Amino acid sequence: MELTLALAIGVLTGSGVWLVLRPRTYQLVIGLSLLSYAVNLFIFSMGRLRVGAAPVLGTDGAGSPADFADPVPQALVLTAIVIGFATTALLLVVLLAARGLTGSDHVDGRESR
Amino acid sequence: MQHYAPILIVMLPFVAGFAAVLLPSDSRTPSTWLAGITMLACLVLTLSLYPAVGAGGVVRNEVEWIPSLGLDFVLRIDGFAWIFAVLVSGIGLLVVVYTRYYISAEDPVRRFYLFFLAFTGSMLGIVLAGNLILLVVFWELTSIFSFLLIGYWHHNQGARDGARMALTITAIGGLGLLAGVLIVGHIVGSYDLDVVLASGDTIRRHELYVPALLLILLGTLTKSAQFPFHFWLPNAMAAPTPVSAFLHSATMVKAGVFLMARLWPVLSDTPEWFTILGLAGMASLLLGAYLAMYQQDLKGLLAYSTISHLGLITLLLSLGSPLGAVAAIFHMLNHATFKASLFMAAGIIDHEAGTRDLRRLSGLFRYMPITGTLVMVASAAMAGVPLLNGFLSKEMFFAEAVATHANSWVDTVAPYAAVLGSALAVTYSIRLIHSIFLGAPPESFPREPHEPPFWMRFPVMFLVVACLVIGIIPGMTIGPFLHVAVSSVLGAETPEYSLAVWHGFTLPLAMSAVALVGGTLLYLVAGDYLEHSERAPLFGRIQGQRIFERVMVAISWRGARLVEDVFGTRRLQPQMRLVVAAAIAAAAIPLAAAGLGFGSYRGATTDFAFAGLWAVGMVCAVTAAQQAKFHRLAALVLMGGTGLVTCVTFVWLSAPDLAATQLVVEIVTTVLILLGLRWLPKRSQALVESTGILDRVRRVRDLALAVVAGVGMTAISYAVMTRTPPDTIADFFVEKAYSEGGGRNVVNVILVDFRGFDTFGEITVLGIVALTVFALLRRFRPAPDSIERPEQQLIQRSFDEAEPDREAGATAAEYLYVPSVIMQWMFPVVIVLAAYLLLRGHDAPGGGFAAGVAMAAGFILQYMAAGTVWVENRLRILPVVWIGAGLLMAALTGTAAILLDDPFLTSYFQYVELPVIGKVPMASAALFDLGVFSLVVGATVLMLIAIAHQSIRRLRAARTGEERQLEERQQWN
Repeated sequence: MELTLALAIGVLTGSGVWLVLRPRTYQLVIGLSLLSYAVNLFIFSMGRLRVGAAPVLGTDGAGSPADFADPVPQALVLTAIVIGFATTALLLVVLLAARGLTGSDHVDGRESR
Repeated sequence: MQHYAPILIVMLPFVAGFAAVLLPSDSRTPSTWLAGITMLACLVLTLSLYPAVGAGGVVRNEVEWIPSLGLDFVLRIDGFAWIFAVLVSGIGLLVVVYTRYYISAEDPVRRFYLFFLAFTGSMLGIVLAGNLILLVVFWELTSIFSFLLIGYWHHNQGARDGARMALTITAIGGLGLLAGVLIVGHIVGSYDLDVVLASGDTIRRHELYVPALLLILLGTLTKSAQFPFHFWLPNAMAAPTPVSAFLHSATMVKAGVFLMARLWPVLSDTPEWFTILGLAGMASLLLGAYLAMYQQDLKGLLAYSTISHLGLITLLLSLGSPLGAVAAIFHMLNHATFKASLFMAAGIIDHEAGTRDLRRLSGLFRYMPITGTLVMVASAAMAGVPLLNGFLSKEMFFAEAVATHANSWVDTVAPYAAVLGSALAVTYSIRLIHSIFLGAPPESFPREPHEPPFWMRFPVMFLVVACLVIGIIPGMTIGPFLHVAVSSVLGAETPEYSLAVWHGFTLPLAMSAVALVGGTLLYLVAGDYLEHSERAPLFGRIQGQRIFERVMVAISWRGARLVEDVFGTRRLQPQMRLVVAAAIAAAAIPLAAAGLGFGSYRGATTDFAFAGLWAVGMVCAVTAAQQAKFHRLAALVLMGGTGLVTCVTFVWLSAPDLAATQLVVEIVTTVLILLGLRWLPKRSQALVESTGILDRVRRVRDLALAVVAGVGMTAISYAVMTRTPPDTIADFFVEKAYSEGGGRNVVNVILVDFRGFDTFGEITVLGIVALTVFALLRRFRPAPDSIERPEQQLIQRSFDEAEPDREAGATAAEYLYVPSVIMQWMFPVVIVLAAYLLLRGHDAPGGGFAAGVAMAAGFILQYMAAGTVWVENRLRILPVVWIGAGLLMAALTGTAAILLDDPFLTSYFQYVELPVIGKVPMASAALFDLGVFSLVVGATVLMLIAIAHQSIRRLRAARTGEERQLEERQQWN
């Protein structure tokens, strides 16, 4: 499990970085989204991987910490997912506005060379 | 009452200044009354403290400010502060009276009084501050407000330049002062003025004394316009004349010498103090007087004379002898009286004769004899003629100059410099009187001169009478007050001194005589030459102003360009490469040093289904990366695939909350990007496949970076995941979630309760982002090639037109008809789902974030199913109201806790038995979560709808702009 997820994080990061370095604005949007998946998974994995141990207590509200997955990274990632959506939207709109103003979808607003 | 007097004295002007803004715009007389009464109140309050201060006491007024840093809002009045406060508020009052007649009704009077009163308040703050940091704060405030006052007539280029120069020089000095004061605070261990004043020996002996001294003197010398920072003062004369009168007499330049006298017991009497101040003072004394002679502008002459007189004060303070300090303080007061009256008289002359050019003025005495007489007396005081106050302090100065203090050449030169400076002062004073009032009047003045109104002349008269009275009977008038001031500075060191006009035939008297005679002779010889000279020889060429401008150009223009050339690029890709490379380096360097040890911890057993799942996910990601350039839709779908795999991973690995949120966010992200796709340019593979060698090198380099980043992340995350987890704060959250937070879903309890403040910040960011997106799209202009309808719609439309029985747009309306009906039916279901997610959030996976995005997805589904127009005819969503309501609700829930004396966002909970439904948890955190929900709905919907609206805006492009704006307003408000 650990190795699989680690590989997944690596591949997502690599794809994201590659796209972030590309010249087209759309590539940037997709790249940042892939990068944010990778980062969310990475932060999530800092709490270690557990199967069938969701941090939801029993009806009596009691529970030993050892029985549950770490809730802290989960809480961090939860807001990160929503904020990630917001920043993607902002980036997209900025890029669309730039495209409207400059007529180009190059990240510099004009074709290189 | 007495206890509150200091704070009232400082705060009243600020309050009145802001009150002045509220007056009607043409209220010259009411605002004068307001300012005048304020100044009078400050004066009376100050005078009422004399019984307490006169006996040698100190009135302190303390308010805690930042006690953890040792900073308190301390105001204190001792004798020295008292006499300065009287000076500031008294001359302030006179200036207000004068301004009423000086300033034109067309000028923005309210603005003038706002700046003037705030400036006065800041100056009183410097004088009364009992804490060095507080003093620096007021010090910087005077810099800012003097900038605004000098630039009052900002339509005038000279005023703007002068104001900017004054601000630059004095604010740089202020920063130096701040640094110096911090060092002093470090040495003494307190910023309290009383403590600092008692630690003179500690400070002087400390190894940081010299840097502290240099920095503090940088502040005081710039403020007092002392050589080599003197040049800002003549440029500041573009200010309205009442401002000049105030800046040159009781405030601004006096702040510098005030602080030097204030800290005199602590800093003086060292070789460094003596040398720096001695040189600066002497240079200012001589250079100011020399350049004053050559001025053709009356205000310019007075400005250089101020530099010279302040040089005299600085020189006196430099000597380090108590008698020198007495003379310095006395001269501060005397200079204030005669210089304020002279500036105001200059304003009268300018006002009544229409010019202040000495070459064009002449014989004015027969037109305005009273003003003329007053100016003559004040100029005589400036020249140091006996029976006037200027003479007394100048005598004391001569006596001190002759006395030996330290065996250095500065001390040797001092008497000669003193006599020379005084002689030059006599020369320029005579020149002032002679060329303005005496001689034959010219053929015409720009305006027919006459005496000013009585109340415009009154302040001048009052001050001139003060010069005379102090000059003739000093002991009975200023004597006791001066003594109180001097002894509060010098304490036990207060020397014996006598304030008398006649001390017998002494060396200082002889020096006075030499200066008077020499100055007069010089004028007789060189008067004509001075009248016609364009620029002073020798020093006229060395213009601080020009050097200043060169430096400014070098810093703000050439320097900025250089930095931009070296570090800047308009190209994003190199910058991104740098960022990625830096990130890799930041991770690699510590890893190289400490190594990367893999552990053997296994949290979950290997499952091949999971591996298969991620095989798909990885292929999706890599293919998305490859397709993003030419096949945007495919890339989007593939990215969604990766997102879904991530979502399943969260379910698998015990994070149901994340899975729920990720799923709904995935949906809205896809919709959002789909909406955006329409505005991107078409791209065909044939068009731009570059095969240049340079291009390939770049691609290989980027690929290498991507691979390194990916491998690195794999290694790091694997290393962490295989190590045994340490004890974390997670245990606390799990243990306390139910007992303290009243919820069984620990993640949700963390979000809305334990870390509620973080969440509050996050939803605020979300709201801001949504509003930013909305604002950006309001002025959205699509690129020309995206304005046409999309190809698909054109095909559909041409089909409609070709068939006789179809209306235009019918195909588009029928497109995906069955799914769209189902989507409309789904609306209530989605609402129920969102409510369900929200309500159960505290105890089971769900919560405000997931519920909010789900709700927003429900809305956007309606838009997709039936089209914008159809939905908005039936459903008014006011996303901005949702955002506002959500934020308010979250904030109010938090604030309620404060009312119950708990910290912000403390949560309360309790289980309530409801009929039918059963036991229901009622936690105030649920209300907070409702706020989160509302904000997330509003923000998400606002972003999605704003971008969706662009498509229908295009269709309205033909209509007028006004109509469109009206529609927009109706739609969004």
